[in-house]
Amino acid sequence: MDYHIATSFDDAIAVASKAQGITRFLAGGTDVLVQLRADIVTPDTLIDIKHIEGVKDISRESDGSWRIGIAVAGAEMTEHAALMADWPGVVEAMDLVGSTQVQGRATLTGNLCNGSPAADSVPAMVAAAMSATVAGPNGTRQVAVKDIPTGPGRSSLAKGELITALHIPARGTSSGDAYLRFIPRTEMDIAVVGCAVNLTLDGDTITSARVVLGAVAPTILLVQEAANAIIGTSLDEAALTALATAASAACNPINDKRGTIEFRTHVAGVLAKRSAKIAYERALANTGNSA
Amino acid sequence: MALDGPKTSGFTAVGTTPNRPDGLDKVTGRAKFGADAQAPGMLHAAIVRSPHAHARIVSIDTSKAEALKGVKTVVTRADFTTGLKGENWNILENVMAGDTALYDGHAVAAVAAISPLIARDAIKLVEVEYQVLPHVTNVDAAMAQDAPIIREGAANKSVPAGLHPNVVRYHESGHGDVDKGFAAADLVIEDHFTTEATHQGYIEPHACLAQLGGDGKGELWCCTQGHWNVQKICAALVGIETSQLRVTASEIGGGFGGKTVVFIEPVALALSRKANRPVKLVMNRSEVFRASGPTSSTSMDVKIGMKNDGTITAASGTFRLQGGAFPGAPMEFTAMCAFAPYALENVRQVGYDVMTNRPKQAAYRAPGSPMAAFAVESVIDELCKELGLDPIQTRLKNASHEGTKASFGPKFDKIGLVETLEAAKAHPHFTAPLGENQGRGVSCGFWFNHSGETSVTLALSEDGSAQIVVGTPDIGGSRASMALMAAEELGIPYENIRCTIADTASLGYNEVSHGSRVTYASGLATIAAARDAVKRLCGRAAAKWGIDEEAVVWEDGCAKPSGPNAGDFDPLPLAEITRTMGATGGPINGHFEATPEGAGVSFATHIVDAEVDPETGKTSIVRYTVVQDAGKAIHPAYVEGQFQGGAAQGIGWALNEEYIYGEDGRLQNDLFLDYRIPVASDLPMIDTVIVEVPNPGHPYGVRGVGETSICPPLAAIANAVSAAAGVRLHDLPMSPPRIRAALDAQKDG
Repeated sequence: MDYHIATSFDDAIAVASKAQGITRFLAGGTDVLVQLRADIVTPDTLIDIKHIEGVKDISRESDGSWRIGIAVAGAEMTEHAALMADWPGVVEAMDLVGSTQVQGRATLTGNLCNGSPAADSVPAMVAAAMSATVAGPNGTRQVAVKDIPTGPGRSSLAKGELITALHIPARGTSSGDAYLRFIPRTEMDIAVVGCAVNLTLDGDTITSARVVLGAVAPTILLVQEAANAIIGTSLDEAALTALATAASAACNPINDKRGTIEFRTHVAGVLAKRSAKIAYERALANTGNSA
Repeated sequence: MALDGPKTSGFTAVGTTPNRPDGLDKVTGRAKFGADAQAPGMLHAAIVRSPHAHARIVSIDTSKAEALKGVKTVVTRADFTTGLKGENWNILENVMAGDTALYDGHAVAAVAAISPLIARDAIKLVEVEYQVLPHVTNVDAAMAQDAPIIREGAANKSVPAGLHPNVVRYHESGHGDVDKGFAAADLVIEDHFTTEATHQGYIEPHACLAQLGGDGKGELWCCTQGHWNVQKICAALVGIETSQLRVTASEIGGGFGGKTVVFIEPVALALSRKANRPVKLVMNRSEVFRASGPTSSTSMDVKIGMKNDGTITAASGTFRLQGGAFPGAPMEFTAMCAFAPYALENVRQVGYDVMTNRPKQAAYRAPGSPMAAFAVESVIDELCKELGLDPIQTRLKNASHEGTKASFGPKFDKIGLVETLEAAKAHPHFTAPLGENQGRGVSCGFWFNHSGETSVTLALSEDGSAQIVVGTPDIGGSRASMALMAAEELGIPYENIRCTIADTASLGYNEVSHGSRVTYASGLATIAAARDAVKRLCGRAAAKWGIDEEAVVWEDGCAKPSGPNAGDFDPLPLAEITRTMGATGGPINGHFEATPEGAGVSFATHIVDAEVDPETGKTSIVRYTVVQDAGKAIHPAYVEGQFQGGAAQGIGWALNEEYIYGEDGRLQNDLFLDYRIPVASDLPMIDTVIVEVPNPGHPYGVRGVGETSICPPLAAIANAVSAAAGVRLHDLPMSPPRIRAALDAQKDG
């Protein structure tokens, strides 16, 4: 195994472009090192990208959007009051990953690139309409987070490409997000079902919404029918029932050791309702004065 | 030793709660666990394991592994003793497969190399050709006529004719006429229950360091609950004399019964002998799950008849346990414990020990009993509900007491079941209001407790301090308890006593730390050894004073003249006597070796409140109270720890823990991620009530407490969850998908 400490993204891209076999980028290492030790993935080339300048920074851009460095640990996001105030769903989703120790290392970018359909932060990122800056041998492009995972353990990144930053849109007023997952325990577990909702209000009426499900299909699902069920409503009981039905209908899960098809399908609807209620409350409270 | 009846009052040391002597080492990381052992020139080993549930081993080619740089040796079954019989053959077959791999994870070869990484790479180079055979992992399927046969001729004579060869042992017991009893009942309920295999879940994986020379002399350092047992078995498996193998037990990071047997130690010894180097072997978590012993899974039918006033008229149960690919599932314990809490005129219980393609089961805290309680106490709960009876009052009405002919045969001596039920009834928990979606469950539980062969030596030092040498690894704070009991007898402070777990060369034989026997048996032995030393101390005082030895008593840490000589001489403190012991007759020690008889049985009553989210089927345990008879709590804080530990493990077993096998017979959840033991935030503070009904068989009345605490939880939680969900749950674990499915079935039905 070749181990390389990248001094810049260009350096990392140069090494990754020429590497043979399996290449992994090392930021937090909470997936890469675990998979290495468990004999699941033994990289031929390991490129350490956490020493590149700026990768541990969280910054607010002039337009109110957020830039999250690729090596920002979950714990740093949780302790960032302004980010938490703007995007509690994204921050809380990341905070659900692993233990306190893991939170000191694990990153949003890593959670995304690991490609697990059960990744906690990804539904929240997709609900927030986040994007990634992807750099590679052929230059730089902006990609919606939604389009990065293509299946379990797979991504749309080409050889030599890597994410150099994640971007969260400006929060705006009268909007809120939330993420809930179902696990059989209270922590330290992997989502059996996950659901993120991000919505915006006009008064008490929902004007736009994104509903995203995790762990119920080979990739994260952005469910337009579920969003449609609540857009134009004040999240009354009928809207919630329609939301649950639409969320359940979108599921295409598997039977496995973590849950049955019936269970996942049903709980997706339950979590959609509960997430939507939290996001709605947050949107009502978001008058734009908090930051 | 003859007992005059337990001491029940006037304790000075016993009943206090000082810090454990191993505490500082453990919180500072200084304590040495199994994997901390080191030796110069040490090699590291790894084991090649079968990926198949059942497969004939056609050939094993080790040449590529042996050719890898850094690999020193490879062993297969050919490197072990031949001609073993009985249980030793079973153990060897489990430790290293013979001609057939019997379960996913079964060891087939092992490699020793100069680093753990090289050893890990090398096992991938061992080429094993398998002929895959049909497999079975479910207990009911393994008993069916068309089930694949795990091994012909494994059954013993107890098995009635006509049963499948996978049924290897049979048990039947009881008394009275159950048919007559059921006919006399106002309501009879019969139901079917299943439980899945669970692992003891100890945090420390199995680990050892072995050294065996061509001279047939060996050294073994390992993490075990009983190193004399390891010594005996390992010596037999590698073909050396027992006394030539010295075994030292490390500190132990949990055992719960799962470290009463050997898995890797004989392999490390065989590698060491072949490589002529010390060999360290440490399991990873996946190996612990796949290839060390979980408990049995069960399939059970229980039938109980009750009168309208709550009197049980008859009870019968059939308990089928699979114990993996070898005989030994503790079905007789399941059968015998099932109805033990109740005084029954008519009772019958049947047990089946069934082999499957799973790892050989090992003891897990009161082996077999928790499952029995789950089935029996669920039916009693249902009867109480149907007949509108109070669950504790009904249990009190039928409770076993002193003189009751137990469901499994003998008459009970003094027991404390009624006292635990009365304490539970009086506890504020039992009458506290319940919230929405919450339910309350109650259950009793029973465990025999064990005594076993025990040796203890107590040695006094010149400065008046004392050391106790015991041979039972400390799995629950027993060193503190031993020191408290010695302090009580000698009349010196707890802090002046050091208790050490000796290696096999430094003390006589000791049975494993199992059966909740340590505080009882090693405690009794410690007290006897202390009294032996006191007798010698009194003798020295008598000699000094020129009076009869019988005229000297030991009080408050001093020899005092008594009877006609009372007051003639000043009391002689222990340190005064030991200061001159070299010149007055030599070292003063006390000894005890025997198999004490009189480990008192133990009962418990648990109360649980569960909250079930009807939308997701998720259960939270919101309140839990353990009431258990400890006989006498030597160190009450550690007794409470045992009560809470049993309840915590029971919560995991009841709600989420299970061995999940795929269609291919492979274990699907061999990591803690998907084998869900409760995390701290899953548990409420577990309240405890220590009931003390002294055991007549111990000088202070001690009963073992470690195991009984896991007997009631499965049932108590099932009763609470069933009440909260409004539907009876018959299958463990009561995972959210199972609860949701039960709710859906009820709605559809």
